[in-house]
Amino acid sequence: MTEIEVVVNGQRHREAVEDRLLLTDFLRQRLGLTGTHVGCEHGVCGCCTVRLDGVAVRGCLLLAVQADGCEVQTVEGLAGSGPLTALQEAFRRHFALQCGFCTPGILMAAEDLLSRGTPTRDEIVDLLSGHLCRCTGYAPIVDAIEEAAAGALPPADEPRPEGT
Amino acid sequence: MKPVPFRYVVARSLEEALAALAEGGDDAKPLAGGQSLVPALNLRLLRPELLVDLNRAGLDGIVRENGSVRVGATTRQAELERSPHAHPLVREALPFVGHVVTRNRGTVGGSVAHADGAAELPLCLVALGGEVVAEGPDGRRTFPAEELFVTHYTTTLLPGELLVETVWPAPGGGERSAFEELALRGGDYALAMAAAVLRHDQGVIREARVAVGAVTDHPTALAEVEALLVGNAPSDELAHEAGALAATLVDPAGGIHATPAYLRHLTGVLVERAIRRAT
Repeated sequence: MTEIEVVVNGQRHREAVEDRLLLTDFLRQRLGLTGTHVGCEHGVCGCCTVRLDGVAVRGCLLLAVQADGCEVQTVEGLAGSGPLTALQEAFRRHFALQCGFCTPGILMAAEDLLSRGTPTRDEIVDLLSGHLCRCTGYAPIVDAIEEAAAGALPPADEPRPEGT
Repeated sequence: MKPVPFRYVVARSLEEALAALAEGGDDAKPLAGGQSLVPALNLRLLRPELLVDLNRAGLDGIVRENGSVRVGATTRQAELERSPHAHPLVREALPFVGHVVTRNRGTVGGSVAHADGAAELPLCLVALGGEVVAEGPDGRRTFPAEELFVTHYTTTLLPGELLVETVWPAPGGGERSAFEELALRGGDYALAMAAAVLRHDQGVIREARVAVGAVTDHPTALAEVEALLVGNAPSDELAHEAGALAATLVDPAGGIHATPAYLRHLTGVLVERAIRRAT
């Protein structure tokens, strides 16, 4: 067992963990943050993507002990119980999710991408090659990220288009 | 819990890493970006007793000096991708390495030392005539990357030795390069890939490096193709001839996704395209 100190979504945690515990299992089972999903557990599906010191990484390919001294952000850290972020709002407007299993990982990867500048549509598509979505066919996800990147969202107090 | 129980040590320097690896012997594994190692742990394909984490050992960094670029072993692939010092061939190949998110964590040295026969960075390092710096109990040595790769996941690194740096030649005058790959899906392992690095002078190819991967068990320079190109003026016919020759020089095993005959044909197509784009 190793004692680690990790700041998750702004909250500091000190926990003793077994060295082989994956970051995903630490977040889900120890901290109860089940928004980070576990899919393939070998880095292919992208569901477990979280941000480690701001950088999007696969949570299933990191040991919890490796996050010692780091800041982790999960999907729960985006909006909390407050209003949706611009990216989440765009996902909602574009119906960019159906079952929602892949969504947390895509949101975290896309937040990282958006924090580095305005991506092109091709760059968004390339990012999504690392995330498996079996419901949407990807097009609405690309549209949502592109809209969030362009900052073209209507202010929250404006009426939404009909049917959204 | 998916991986088997192991001991985990954070190395704060190269010396600490080498000492820990020496103590662990054959049951110790160095952990760099973990984008290949941790999947193998999760699937229990690997059952090490000791993991030595290199991520805080200060082995990262990109330094340009004397016509080459030295890349520290734990430099993230994403960092090299964004670096103005990355060779154009490397910048072209890196988007094929896994996905954006795995490149954020995956390291340059880890990819080279892992020596997957279908990995892009080893192929680029061989095609550019780069070098590898390794350090172990008997000291530090530098040798050509071509002497590193033996077969899948097998290198000439000695027990207890760690790859600490890769050395990438900077582009020379009159040099043009190109990387070509075909994979089933974006980010998948390559079915076949080819790299060409040509130096042109007064309308003639003066030097040529042509290497292929994925269809071979390690990145392989094709000397016969190189000899065909040197001394000739580049043309579509020459590129086609070089591709046709390359197809005869590989003997891929094939698999459920592609027959050996298809992979040989693909090798020819990719070599031809790479040469054409490098002229």
